[in-house]
Amino acid sequence: MTGAGPAQEAFQEALLEDDPELLYDRAPCGYLSTAPDGTIVKVNQTFLSWTGFRREGLVGRRTFAQLLSVGGRIYHETHYAPMLRMQGSARELALDVVTADGRRLPVLVNAVLERDPHGEPRVVRVALFDATDRREYERELLREKHRAEQSEARARALAQTLQQTLIPPTPPHVPGLDVAGVYRPAGTGEEVGGDFYDVFQVAEDDWVVILGDICGKGVEAAVVTALVRYTVRAVSVQTPDPVEALSRLNEVLIAQGTDRFCTVVLLRLRRTDRGWNATLSVGGHPLPLHLKQGQPAEVVGEPGPLVGAFPGVARTETDLLLSSGEMLLLYTDGVTEGRRGREMYGEHGLLRVVNGHAGPAAELADAVLHDVLEYQEHLARDDIAVVVVRVP
Amino acid sequence: MDPLARNNVRLFGGVDGQPMLFSHGFGCDQHMWRFVAPEFEDRFRVALFDHVGAGGSDQSAYDVAKYSSLDGYATDVLEICEALDLRDVIFVGHSVSSMIGMLAALREPDRFAKLVMVGPSPRYIDDDGYVGGFSEADITELLESLDSNYLGWSTAMAPVIMGNTERPELGQELTESFCRADPAIAKRFAEVTFLSDNRDDLARVRVPTLVLQCSKDVIAPDSVGEFVHQRIAGSRLVTLTATGHCPNLSAPDETTAVIRQFVGA
Repeated sequence: MTGAGPAQEAFQEALLEDDPELLYDRAPCGYLSTAPDGTIVKVNQTFLSWTGFRREGLVGRRTFAQLLSVGGRIYHETHYAPMLRMQGSARELALDVVTADGRRLPVLVNAVLERDPHGEPRVVRVALFDATDRREYERELLREKHRAEQSEARARALAQTLQQTLIPPTPPHVPGLDVAGVYRPAGTGEEVGGDFYDVFQVAEDDWVVILGDICGKGVEAAVVTALVRYTVRAVSVQTPDPVEALSRLNEVLIAQGTDRFCTVVLLRLRRTDRGWNATLSVGGHPLPLHLKQGQPAEVVGEPGPLVGAFPGVARTETDLLLSSGEMLLLYTDGVTEGRRGREMYGEHGLLRVVNGHAGPAAELADAVLHDVLEYQEHLARDDIAVVVVRVP
Repeated sequence: MDPLARNNVRLFGGVDGQPMLFSHGFGCDQHMWRFVAPEFEDRFRVALFDHVGAGGSDQSAYDVAKYSSLDGYATDVLEICEALDLRDVIFVGHSVSSMIGMLAALREPDRFAKLVMVGPSPRYIDDDGYVGGFSEADITELLESLDSNYLGWSTAMAPVIMGNTERPELGQELTESFCRADPAIAKRFAEVTFLSDNRDDLARVRVPTLVLQCSKDVIAPDSVGEFVHQRIAGSRLVTLTATGHCPNLSAPDETTAVIRQFVGA
């Protein structure tokens, strides 16, 4: 630096102004020193100005903890003091100092413990920063966090309630049939899934099973799921024919103007002297499996177009007889498209569980769900629904 | 679940010695005992552990229902004793752990030989004719202050640990965990601690008990130590010259000497 210009003069003046005493007393932070037991031994002017205490009221008379609010005092004893002893320092502790006139002054506190050459504690130096605005901001953040948590909990409860209304908790008891269903939403189950199933009676010994997958997730998918379920219930009373029922469902969905479509298997079951006549029609959905004792599972039905996508499409239906010991297994693509890395669970994964299985319907449904979940390490990428119908 | 892993149990001293189980209080973890516990390793089998939610415990073991009362913590103490087959146990509890140890000793009196209570309080809130040291409003404020320290609690601390030249290995492992806790669990532990009331249990204690009372302890004032001493028949009360609530850290020599005398070492 050369010359004696104005900048140089200002530099010198600033330097002179900040002698160590002023540096201490007028520091832009509160500053105090205490004995190891907390008794205040020295305090700067900034702290006194902030709090309204007089120096002689503090030095030798009060401990640092005594200046804190009760909550802060407990925090001091249980956290701050141990931390200081163990680590030699404590940083960014949010505390409230109770001022001379009883106000609360929010501060952020940093402290260091100085030791003598033998390692014995000698003095604690405490710097306090006025954190009034910061604390208000933090409180606002905390309030927002609580609000967000509450709203998330409400959304979760709503989704789960909605989900429960769309899936029968347990399929109804069907005289002469053993029916079981399992359902598992994707991921952690916080979102309403698109898979559904329903089992209901139309007349004596005349039942309908439907299992499907609505495109998409969330509330909009749930609305379509409800529409599909009630439409199928209504049209199944009017027509015994699954193809006709799916055609009417197709019309209703298109007329609704939603851009959601679905894949379904619709199964009509009528009891006869020889067993149960099953008539099924499939719309864009994985074909069901037919299980006969001692034989490998067989895919049944014919693929058909998606439901709710195109008007006036042709559909087919398949008839089969279910005799004692036989089963039909309906499932959604959440089963076969279960993934582990690049691998897919696939139809072969399903067949491995299904083949050779001969027990109650619920056992098979649970076995499939368990296996596909295990395959994905219990975090399902997609909803999973399985319905098993067995003739005892 | 293995209680030894769940509670991060660590053992020192000879396996043949009488067991001493040290239990930390609200706030920190087993390192609270680092200046005291090693002094007993010559004669005793020293066991240290962290309550679930603190220090190196398995946080996933935290069960809101179980730990909604001190009994849940006492269950853990008994499970640790059982897993290690500890008998004739000298239980040393700091702060709220004094009550946790007492509850454990009431459930299985035969397992415990002695209780050492460091800064105990059976109830923190004042009640008719009882001075606990805090009003209900005080405790509400405490719980709020835990909330506002949430930022400080969750940030990773990389403390410079004061060296312990005789046991350098102690310094190493401290760098991560000391005083760190899941803020939600810490808040619940604070609620359970500061809203507890175990005054009626004191009279049922039959295990020889030492009460260590600190001077000027704002958490457990003199009158509370006196109350505990009066209610536990045959207990011994020692008032330390150490001040504050953590004599195990601020005055380890005095603390150790008094405990040593009581356990006959």
